[in-house]
Amino acid sequence: MTARGLTKRFGQFTAVDAVDFDIEAGESFGFLGPNGAGKTSTMRMISCMSPVTSGTLRVLGLDPAHDGPAIRRRIGLVPQEDTLDLQLTVLDNLVVYGRYFDLPRKVIRERAQHLLEFIQLADRAHERVEPLSGGMKRRLTIARSLVSEPDLLILDEPTTGLDPQARHLVWDRLYRLKQQGVTLVVTTHYMDEAEQLCDRLVIMDGGRIVAEGPPPDLIARYATREVVELRFPADDNAEVAARLDGLAQRHEVLPDRLLLYTDDGERLVEEVRRSGLTPERTLVRRSSLEDVFLHLTGRSLVE
Amino acid sequence: MTSALGTETAGLGIARGAEEPPSLRALRYWAYQYKRTWRGSITTSFLYPVLYLTAMGIGLGSLVNRHAHEVDHVRYLVFLAPGLLASTAMQIGGNEATYPVMGAIKWMRTYYAMLASPLRVRDVLFGHLGWIAVRLVTVSGIYLGVMAAFGTIVSPWVLLALPAAVLTGLAFAAPIAAFAATQETDTAFSTIYRLVLIPLFLFSGTFFPVTQLPAWLQYVAYATPLYHGVSLCRDLTLGQLHPAGDVAHGLYLVALTTAGLWAALRTYRSRLVV
Ligand SMILES: Nc1ncnc2c1ncn2[C@@H]1O[C@H](COP(=O)(O)OP(=O)(O)OP(=O)(O)O)[C@@H](O)[C@H]1O
Ligand SMILES: [Mg+2]
Repeated sequence: MTARGLTKRFGQFTAVDAVDFDIEAGESFGFLGPNGAGKTSTMRMISCMSPVTSGTLRVLGLDPAHDGPAIRRRIGLVPQEDTLDLQLTVLDNLVVYGRYFDLPRKVIRERAQHLLEFIQLADRAHERVEPLSGGMKRRLTIARSLVSEPDLLILDEPTTGLDPQARHLVWDRLYRLKQQGVTLVVTTHYMDEAEQLCDRLVIMDGGRIVAEGPPPDLIARYATREVVELRFPADDNAEVAARLDGLAQRHEVLPDRLLLYTDDGERLVEEVRRSGLTPERTLVRRSSLEDVFLHLTGRSLVE
Repeated sequence: MTSALGTETAGLGIARGAEEPPSLRALRYWAYQYKRTWRGSITTSFLYPVLYLTAMGIGLGSLVNRHAHEVDHVRYLVFLAPGLLASTAMQIGGNEATYPVMGAIKWMRTYYAMLASPLRVRDVLFGHLGWIAVRLVTVSGIYLGVMAAFGTIVSPWVLLALPAAVLTGLAFAAPIAAFAATQETDTAFSTIYRLVLIPLFLFSGTFFPVTQLPAWLQYVAYATPLYHGVSLCRDLTLGQLHPAGDVAHGLYLVALTTAGLWAALRTYRSRLVV
């Protein structure tokens, strides 16, 4: 998949602003960004559901403007909002969807059985979808996207709203698909998800790509090895930060805490103490994509 | 599990002779939906004509016959039945093109599920209207069966009343679906019922010939689609053909259906493809 100057405008508003990216077959590629960054708009363009405003886009080597149906034939889409039929049973949702792809009923039923086992919903096959929990519906949406055995799977926030157990289940399933050679494109605002799932990712903000690379590279490039989080009783973080100037390589002032970037967290905490400051709480942690994002945009990823 | 990976062989393994037309695949969805409610729906399709023909055709009809002897040279029941057939088709077309269309866009988002597959907007639209046509065939077919049981069938031309009724229903369904696809909420739908469908039901010749209306209202009636549907269904059912007039009625309904389809393609595209 290749995008050059890919742009999406809604009236005067530019949701995706001339982004470039390349996604290789078999790769697992992430789009990370806060609300409104343009992730969904990008997913809708690459899944050939939303026309490109300008720029070029090739998906599976084809042009979405002319070969939309042919491309979609080979794509599995997990949209941000579920589009399940709540009145139909779990199984019928898969059957109906498979029929859109012109698959014979027999083939769909065979696949459906495997898929329902795969997402651990086999015992609910003949129940209506409506009363299922949000996480079960999400898993069903994922199963449904696999009925057509896609080469390319596009997942728009696959695990938002899932409990930790369900998230791990989904990650595990996606990892297995990747091993089978399916190309994964995932959007998320969870750093841990991106680190777990993605070989490579881009960070989007305000419709633009602000950084690109494998997660460890991004962390190495834009953050230090460790981060010290300090919380002070009064909200005079900016003032405190001024006093700490020079101790850390870099700092970030958040409404509720102060982040200090360093390669040796323990030593920095010592130094802070020696300078006469008494933080209410201190935390030394490994730096993450959240820090990369914070550094690049000055804002937190999950608001 | 078997591979979830779309290999070439897997693709070839399922390849069959002919592809099913995409709009037919979309239509299947509605058939699946219908599986849940078909019993109630078919029962209603029987009950409705039985109740109407009994109450209005026989009950009210005996009164009418006593005073007017005949309406358009036939008993009131025989006069009324084809009018109700056309009106029922209008109602089915209207029902199926309002809330289900809104639901497929906003509530269940079924259209978007379809559009993530190889189906295109026109397949989605034709699939839905095709399903509405299937419903119209069933409901009108049942209606004609009930009419036969009431002894109101007097001419073999009645066979053409079935497609005429279906066409009447589609002449409403297509433009109404076009309109529904532009709506954010369902509030306008009750306005359609109150200001369009019910007045048409009452004044388009279903219950009495429009010639009973004041002259200016007659011209209004001539302009409405239900008048043409009722007239066509009645001429065919009674076997009282007026070739030029009936062709004109048919053309009017075909034109309205076509215009509705054209408009719906546009409103569906601008709504669903953004
Ligand atoms: N159909 C539309 N019409 C007008 N504006 C839109 C439309 N779809 C999206 N936008 C705008 O485009 C911007 C990007 O939206 P998008 O849904 O792509 O963001 P996102 O990164 O997926 O956000 P989230 O994390 O909340 O899902 C937002 O400001 C949104 O309001
Ligand atoms: Mg989104």
